[in-house]
Amino acid sequence: MIRFENIYKKFGNQVVLHDICIDFEMGQSIAIVGPNSSGKTTLIKILLGMVIPDKGNLFFDDILIANNHKYRGKIGYMPQISQYPPNLKIYQLIEMMTDIRKNAGWKGTPDNELIKAFDIETFQNKTMSTLSGGTRQKVGAALAFRFDPSVLILDEPTAGLDPASCEILKDKIQKEREKGKLILITSHIMADLEELTDHVLYIQDSQIQFFEKTEALRDKYQEGKLGKIIACLMKKKAKSELIPTYV
Amino acid sequence: MINLKNILLLIITFSLLQFYALNVNARIIKVQKQSELLEALRNAKAGDKIWVYEGQYQVNNLLINKPIELIGKNLPIFDGLYKGEILTIKSDNVVVSGIQFQHVGVTSVIDWAAIKVIESRNVLIEKNKIIDCYFGIYLSASNNCTVDNNEVHGSPSNEQNTGNGIHFWKCDSLFVKNNFVEGQRDGLYFEFVTNTTVERNVSIRNIRYGLHFMFSHKNSYAYNTFDSNGAGVAVMYTKFVKMHHNIFKNNWGSAAYGILLKDITDSEIEYNIFDNNTMGALLEGCNRINIVQNEFKHNGVAMRIQANCEENTIVNNNFINNTFDIATNGNVVSNTLDSNYWDKYEGYDLDKNGIGDINYRPVSLFSTLIERMPQAMMLLRSFTATLLDKIEKVIPSFTPENLKDDRPLMLPFKIITSDYDPL
Amino acid sequence: MKKVLKYVLYDILRNRFVIAYTLLLLLISLAFFGFEVNPGKGVISLLNINLIVVPLVSIIFASTHFYNSYEFLELLASQPLSRKTIFFSQYLGVSISLLMAFLIGVGLPVLVYEGTITGFRLVLTGSILTLIFVSLAFLSAVITRDKAKGMGLALAIWFYFSVVYDGLVLSIFLNFSDYPMEKATVLFSLLNPIDLARILVLIKMDVSALMGITGAVFQSFFGSASGLAVSLTALIVWFISPVLVAFSKFNKKDL
Repeated sequence: MIRFENIYKKFGNQVVLHDICIDFEMGQSIAIVGPNSSGKTTLIKILLGMVIPDKGNLFFDDILIANNHKYRGKIGYMPQISQYPPNLKIYQLIEMMTDIRKNAGWKGTPDNELIKAFDIETFQNKTMSTLSGGTRQKVGAALAFRFDPSVLILDEPTAGLDPASCEILKDKIQKEREKGKLILITSHIMADLEELTDHVLYIQDSQIQFFEKTEALRDKYQEGKLGKIIACLMKKKAKSELIPTYV
Repeated sequence: MINLKNILLLIITFSLLQFYALNVNARIIKVQKQSELLEALRNAKAGDKIWVYEGQYQVNNLLINKPIELIGKNLPIFDGLYKGEILTIKSDNVVVSGIQFQHVGVTSVIDWAAIKVIESRNVLIEKNKIIDCYFGIYLSASNNCTVDNNEVHGSPSNEQNTGNGIHFWKCDSLFVKNNFVEGQRDGLYFEFVTNTTVERNVSIRNIRYGLHFMFSHKNSYAYNTFDSNGAGVAVMYTKFVKMHHNIFKNNWGSAAYGILLKDITDSEIEYNIFDNNTMGALLEGCNRINIVQNEFKHNGVAMRIQANCEENTIVNNNFINNTFDIATNGNVVSNTLDSNYWDKYEGYDLDKNGIGDINYRPVSLFSTLIERMPQAMMLLRSFTATLLDKIEKVIPSFTPENLKDDRPLMLPFKIITSDYDPL
Repeated sequence: MKKVLKYVLYDILRNRFVIAYTLLLLLISLAFFGFEVNPGKGVISLLNINLIVVPLVSIIFASTHFYNSYEFLELLASQPLSRKTIFFSQYLGVSISLLMAFLIGVGLPVLVYEGTITGFRLVLTGSILTLIFVSLAFLSAVITRDKAKGMGLALAIWFYFSVVYDGLVLSIFLNFSDYPMEKATVLFSLLNPIDLARILVLIKMDVSALMGITGAVFQSFFGSASGLAVSLTALIVWFISPVLVAFSKFNKKDL
């Protein structure tokens, strides 16, 4: 579904991604983890076309994404912090996103489940600048799921949400997972990842250290909790101790 | 008193009698053909009236040498076919009226004119139309004549070959009024002409000057309009001139002036409008001129006073929307600027007496700069230019120290300008 | 493009700053025309607003807007939209709003009080200056990622064109006063959009003064129809080229 082929990226002198090669398939739900500034965000941004790689190709559905923007119609993206034009009202923002998708060829009926569940309609006439961070996250989540995308990219989806909303969102993610979609999640809350994902992509030092099924990891490290495994990995800085394997 | 009244009555009766006496013998000769015209002129006696009816008359060098009236009916046309002059008058008490003169050719030796008056008195030239003639109306050494309500239309295409519209040389006590001149070299030209009144004439689109006079003392010019002339109006070497209620406008070019005053002394310039000229008025070698209650608007430079001018007073004028108000070369010493309205004045009037509390310096640094570097005109009205002027206003160092209006008016002076708009 | 632009406009037109700018211009214009005895002087005063305030506000507002919309640009970039759509919807959004502010604040009063060719030129050049300085703002914002640096650059650009440049020209005139500079003045004018805008207005307003210069290259150039065409073309180049450079940078930029 998504294929990274020898992707390189530098910001100035700093290497951010070094020779990334990886395949994501439909039906996978992937936790992207790694220490801070390891290249997670850049990887996602490259996938979304926000950052342009120095070298290498990226395919989406076997189509090269360079200078192509149509493929993003199949992606639902929920950013970590949702910043929208301050004077736009919520319903206008939703309208705008709908217009953009329709323009890009989307013809489905909008999925309003999260809009209803988060009660967004009750404050849809407010402008974006009057909303709290948590409420903005709700809007961001609702927009990411609204157009039935086959790929979901969720950047710290639960951060900032109250526990009830958190549960609503997680339920929604599970539902979409069951539909066989490809889901990419970054999060610092390991419990969430454990619950929502079945693969782990571990990035450190600008490189992919491994990409494995969570089950396989548990077996390998004889440890039930994903959080512990990851913590353990991060402590072992030496690369040699990691065994890169690709699924 | 009764005596005086009687004498007056007697004089009137006497003059009336004389008038009738003259008319008893006077005939009216009616002319409809060219041959009849020549014959009539030959045979006419003093006091006769020749009525010339509508039609084409191809005539050259007609001469009137007796006091007769030549009167056109329905504008007959006298066509000179560019061969020479049309009409010459060498007699007192002649009237020429209501005739169209056309096609007087160009000469370099003699100034051929449509109507020429030589050494005559009491000649009246009125209601004539003059088209495409070298000189239009030409008076030489004639006194007490009147030139009224004539039209002169030149063809400005041939620039070198155009004479003056209405030309006066060595005359005295004339009335020149209600005439319209366009497309000649100089519209109105006076040389050695004295005690003359020039009123309500319009002189436009002439190749050189709308009005030009030299050595013509004690004349008055009023309610005239001089518009769009090649070099504006130039007057020179004259004393005791009165110019009031005239309009000088639309004279553009590096040598064009609303009015150029050169060596004019002891004169009055009042209630005139100087509008939209490259230079409104240029004073060169002028002394004791009163420039009062004129309006200078939309000029490049409203007034330029050269350093050789002295004792002129510039009072109660309005300076509105000029790019520069006053320009000069050097330090203008003894001219008076007082109580004018300057629209660029930025002072205040705390005591509310209508007079600004701080003085106004009408010479801007930037205008001085442009004198030396014309290309700096590119920066006109730029922030930099404004800044320079502001600094100069605070610390004057380049502009003349004593050229200032100590009592600038806060509001424009209500000027009774010409009520007469002929266009 | 139209769809996105519509919402960008919804947003900016409700921006307090744009509303305040419109009202400020309107108040200034009405004050100039109301207090002055003759409307001609109102136009002269407005010319200064045109040459100083309009470029300053345009470049500052456009830069600020660009930096403040950065996250939103990212979000748009994650949508099925081309970089072109994203960039020009922002550019046009800002340009159109500032243009509307200018046309309401200055255009309307000029139309009412001084509907002459001079007034028309004032409004036309003010509009083009708005576009030019929005373009320059986008250029400076695209090449500098840091907001503080970007705003500094924007201010420096404004300062250069409104003050420094004329000072340089003046010093060139002073230092090379022995050389014929007639043709150079035309070139110097074309190289600064603010000068060009000013000259296009004053060629009408101060035509009588300009006719007074001997050797009439400058005024005959700017006064002629072909000169006008060249000037307007130059102004259009001044607003199109920065925005095109900005776009090509933005197209390759990592958000």
